[in-house]
Amino acid sequence: MKNETDPKELPGADPHTGNREIDPVTGYETTGHEWSGIKELNTAFPKIVIWALIITHVYAVVAWILLPAWPYGNDYTKGLLGLDQGVQAVDNYNQMVSTRNGWLDQFDNDEVLLEGVDEEVWKKAQSAADRLYADNCAACHGEVAQGNLGYPVLNDAFWLWGSDPKEIARTIKFGINSTHEETRYAEMPAFDWLEKSDRSELTQFVVNLRHQDAELSDKGQLLFEENCAACHGDNGLGGLENGAPSLTDSSVIYGQDQRAVAYTIRHGRQGVMPAWVGRLTSAEINLLSLYLSKLGTIKNVESAK
Amino acid sequence: MLKLHYNLEKVSMGLVAAIIVAASIGGIVEIAPLFTIDETVEIPEDMRPNTPLELAGREIYIREGCYACHSQMVRSLADELDRYGPYSMTSESAYDRPMLWGSKRTGPDLARLGEKYSDTWHVQHLLDPRSVVPASIMPSYSWLDQDLDADLIKDQLTTLARLGVPYNEEMIKQARQDLFAQTQPDSEFVEGLNARYGERVAVRSFDGDVSRLTELDALVAYLQSLGQLTLEPYDLFEEVAQ
Repeated sequence: MKNETDPKELPGADPHTGNREIDPVTGYETTGHEWSGIKELNTAFPKIVIWALIITHVYAVVAWILLPAWPYGNDYTKGLLGLDQGVQAVDNYNQMVSTRNGWLDQFDNDEVLLEGVDEEVWKKAQSAADRLYADNCAACHGEVAQGNLGYPVLNDAFWLWGSDPKEIARTIKFGINSTHEETRYAEMPAFDWLEKSDRSELTQFVVNLRHQDAELSDKGQLLFEENCAACHGDNGLGGLENGAPSLTDSSVIYGQDQRAVAYTIRHGRQGVMPAWVGRLTSAEINLLSLYLSKLGTIKNVESAK
Repeated sequence: MLKLHYNLEKVSMGLVAAIIVAASIGGIVEIAPLFTIDETVEIPEDMRPNTPLELAGREIYIREGCYACHSQMVRSLADELDRYGPYSMTSESAYDRPMLWGSKRTGPDLARLGEKYSDTWHVQHLLDPRSVVPASIMPSYSWLDQDLDADLIKDQLTTLARLGVPYNEEMIKQARQDLFAQTQPDSEFVEGLNARYGERVAVRSFDGDVSRLTELDALVAYLQSLGQLTLEPYDLFEEVAQ
């Protein structure tokens, strides 16, 4: 019986050794198959690949010895170099942070909020402040601190909790209506219990407050004094630094057109500013506070010109 | 050179056996460490599983394909520590099935997103990203204000419990109640929710509308829980970082 898989029996094979015909041009063995006179070369596996395999295997063994590799039970082999990605990352991070020493550490005490820093230090810190702002604040307060509907403008001179950098730092640190226990707390209550007619009277009054030439109704005045003045100040002038904006300038957060005011009065507002303590270091918070108070002043000076 | 492979190819069952041996070695190297995963991955003491509402939000996160553009993994690289905070620990995704580490960042990493922005911001940003971030290329998910379908929440907890997530019988039984309670701070059921999942669970009307339970409620609750299930990474990082 003929054995189809025996190399000695295949076409072109030497019946004694089973070796195939050698191609005279390349010197390679052929596979022994033939298709209409065309034969296939049995090209040898490239040596470079074999060497690459050997080298990578040798490297693997070296790596097992030097680096963390094999798990066993509750632990793993640590390797002779004792490297650990987590430790390395923290080391690199600490190194990176230390390059900021010389200027960032000058912000690391609260005195700086009162006294500010030298021009030289500020020059170095400014770009870091830009980056911190973009990373953390811009999502709500806008790319250039221009604010957004529902999020206060930060590049003007109006501050709902005071323009003192110390107050700004406190807001950043603990937030407003945040989950932190030392949070600032502010709520515009809902006046849904007011008569509808009173509400619309009050709405019109608040809208008019913004326009100096508008006539203010006596009834609106009375309602305002009874319900709003405690937080928004007499005649809506604000300035109580309790989170309630003045209603006579551009401090209002949610808009001062008829519709927005009507909604605010009826449903109330309780915006949230998250607490950044823990996420940012105290030096970073102080830096941002000074940065923002400067932003406000610069714009203020410019608009006054 | 060796003719081992040359000859092996001619014996079909031998070749099959050799393939099985080679593949098994590769398999064992990957699988064997998992046998001791309970011992090697230490779950922090304060670690909690997601609440039913967060879990529902997680399903929406998966449904909308958020993971395709957002990773949930702060890598152990200095720049990432600087931008996002402590690097992600294995234990933080111990209850994630499937894990959502992602592999591509078209948007930023979300592993430390929880409580970074306000709920209102998240709602606005999901419905219309460009209303808050003008340069954003994230799509609008304007349909998320539809009612949340919470019918399967009990089954989902049961399934996860079977896979090893520590949901006990009580949690599974009260899943629906807990899910609704988390958006209603004044509800009498909040106490039970806190008893089961801890005091640090955020109980708020996440979409600002107490009268309806929407997909936004669930998704924002989930987003606000990212990186908040345990605080251990922050504590450990604080110890070693300058």
